[in-house]
Amino acid sequence: MGLRTGIKTTQYPDSAETAPGVTPGRPCGIVTAEAEGKTSEVPPCPAEAIHLRGDRISVDYPRCVQCFRCVRSAREPLDYEWSYEWALPMTEDRDPSRRLGKPFARSIHLRLVDAGACRACLSEIEQLGKPYYNIHRLGFFMTPTPRQADVLLAVGPVTDNMRLPLQKAYDAMATPKKVIAIGTCALSGGVFGPSFTSEGGVAKVIPVDVAIPGCPPPPLAMIHGLMLVAGRQVPAQTELDLPSERRTP
Amino acid sequence: MQQGAHYSSNPANFTDIVVSRWAEEAKVSADREKLIILIQCASEKLQGICRWLFAETECRFATLVVQETSSEWLLRYIFYGDFERGQVHVLVRQPHAYKMIPSISEQVHAADWHEREVEDLFGLTFEGHPRLGDFVLHEEWPDGVNPMRLSFDACKPYPHREVDPEWQPVKILQASGAFMMPIGPIYSDYAESAQFFLETVGEDVVRTTPRFFYKYRGLEKLAEGRSIEQVLLMAERFSGTSAFAHSLAFCQAVEQVCGIQPPARAQALRALLGELERLRHHVGAIASICGSTALAVATSQTSILEEELLRLTCILTGHRYLFGLNVPGGLSLDLSDEKCIDLSVSIASLLGRLNDLQEMLRFSSSFLDRIEEVGIVSRQGAVSYGLVGPIARASGVSCDLRKILPYGFYNNAPEFSTPVESEGDGYARLRVLFGEVKESASIIRQIAFSLPSGGITSEHFDIVPGQALGWVEAPLGAAFHWLSIGNDSKVARYRVTPPSFTNWHGFHLAAEEFAFQDFPIIMATFALSNAESDR
Repeated sequence: MGLRTGIKTTQYPDSAETAPGVTPGRPCGIVTAEAEGKTSEVPPCPAEAIHLRGDRISVDYPRCVQCFRCVRSAREPLDYEWSYEWALPMTEDRDPSRRLGKPFARSIHLRLVDAGACRACLSEIEQLGKPYYNIHRLGFFMTPTPRQADVLLAVGPVTDNMRLPLQKAYDAMATPKKVIAIGTCALSGGVFGPSFTSEGGVAKVIPVDVAIPGCPPPPLAMIHGLMLVAGRQVPAQTELDLPSERRTP
Repeated sequence: MQQGAHYSSNPANFTDIVVSRWAEEAKVSADREKLIILIQCASEKLQGICRWLFAETECRFATLVVQETSSEWLLRYIFYGDFERGQVHVLVRQPHAYKMIPSISEQVHAADWHEREVEDLFGLTFEGHPRLGDFVLHEEWPDGVNPMRLSFDACKPYPHREVDPEWQPVKILQASGAFMMPIGPIYSDYAESAQFFLETVGEDVVRTTPRFFYKYRGLEKLAEGRSIEQVLLMAERFSGTSAFAHSLAFCQAVEQVCGIQPPARAQALRALLGELERLRHHVGAIASICGSTALAVATSQTSILEEELLRLTCILTGHRYLFGLNVPGGLSLDLSDEKCIDLSVSIASLLGRLNDLQEMLRFSSSFLDRIEEVGIVSRQGAVSYGLVGPIARASGVSCDLRKILPYGFYNNAPEFSTPVESEGDGYARLRVLFGEVKESASIIRQIAFSLPSGGITSEHFDIVPGQALGWVEAPLGAAFHWLSIGNDSKVARYRVTPPSFTNWHGFHLAAEEFAFQDFPIIMATFALSNAESDR
């Protein structure tokens, strides 16, 4: 059965993945119509992630929980992009000593800490080791202990009871080390934080090097984040070519 | 348990039986339309009534809802029964200054963790409960701070004292050579944060003491004072792998309070998406069971199916985990009839591959050796702990809210059966998962080929004050969402009882008496979610 299945694994990052359903996509900012003399309104956003900045409506991705309110129940819906290269470097500009790349360019061992995630992010991370994404082919491996880990994957808004375990796992890692915060909860607390029981993001507890927004980010976004940490070549952002009926979220 | 038979055979008379039995000692009223019986009693009558409901009429315990007002405490014990008997609410009112309530956990063991949770979060004491404290709030929370109280400010981070380095878990096993093995909260693989203390004298685990709420996000407290729309986002996102089920339970609670009925097409699509979620969840659970026994090929094959289901879900609805679809009154997105038929066809072909896999697993002796007769939950254990969902069904307890308390589309009584096994071991649970996948696929097919036409949301309605229970058969079992909306149209109290919380309570039944190396396998066959349990 194994051999007969053939190769299922994505070609990403060598070439763009175009299979439908690999990413939920995300809303993207638009230039308002005010320039043409029309009034425009900011679409509703229960997560307060959409702001009017000058003549542009922009989306604050670390807050966006992909609830689709801005495209489905808005009078002037936002555009939607079918992308997955969402990872953003967090520290490079400010601190050259924390630069991405060089020491991490080869095989990397990863440790996952669940700091209060809803399990959707965890489920997507689990897919990374499975046939469709198979990060082993790129030299990324999960390791059971933080002592052997180069990169910490942190998910969840950092609940009160997970603050110390997260801190201890980070402290136990040998330097040089990197932290990837995965998902909206890990970046801003999402719908749960900050509150009496969650810190409102991983960065409040340990330094974050790469952020991957999304609720949850698809596995391809996580591969993009890992390649970013490794400083390896990542192709320029390509818009997926999907049949037009699938473009309507 | 035999005594209950004559009550069950007369569902219509159940209300009369309750009224005639308790009318003298408590105030009993019945809403025959909504099938809710309300018993208001003094706290000293509570134990007797709950024992009678649980032991003699075979009612199941759903949840305990505590509500604080400025003058009193309201404790609502909700039971539900087989044979469309509806719900029984036992309501106790206590003056605000009086914080002692008799514990019912001896009579109704399923209420045990509910009482521990209330003790931690509200500061009420349950008289006669053998073990209170150190449940939701771990050791760094100062004594006397109860976050669910009205006076507690939920928006600010709470200042903490240092963790007590002297803290030790309670040791139950007293024998020479006994030792304790802590597992967690961080695991070597992708498992969620939770801790287990395994006590042993050698090879076999004698006692399993779980420590949960590492992922406590305070959902119920954060919901208070927020708008329906904001709470809907939280209801959907506290448990990502059963997001659709929980958002549906919340929406149904809102709809009941406001007295609206979603259109038929929305109800059918909700059932279709709910079954799609169950199917994907169970395929993921089967993959983890294969993974826990290190069966690499089967794990990969099942994971391929899981990813394909995620992609199908995304193509159909725009999101891989069905976020953003449920809204009070219906759905936010209409799915075309063709798309639903396409889905049904794709699932039929996936199911063929899953059947092949099941056949191969049936003859993999190395695999069966690890799950057969391992992690046994007896029928008696499942009943007394009030277990729900696939785990209860594997132990011979057929508890399916789609049949007992039908909601939405299930009121039309679609054709499906609830798979039940009797052994209660890991293999029985695996067979139940496989069986439910097939039933879900059959329901999806039925719906896809007979979708009613019409709108997908009801007309605009106003949020009115009131309270109601929403329930749903989530992938892991019965989920109950109690919602109380205040005069300002904001949420006054939101109580969620997810199936994982109910079932983790009985997890130790399966884990004890088995060897250490069976522990991860038993955990995988339970397939529970801590995100869902901890809220």
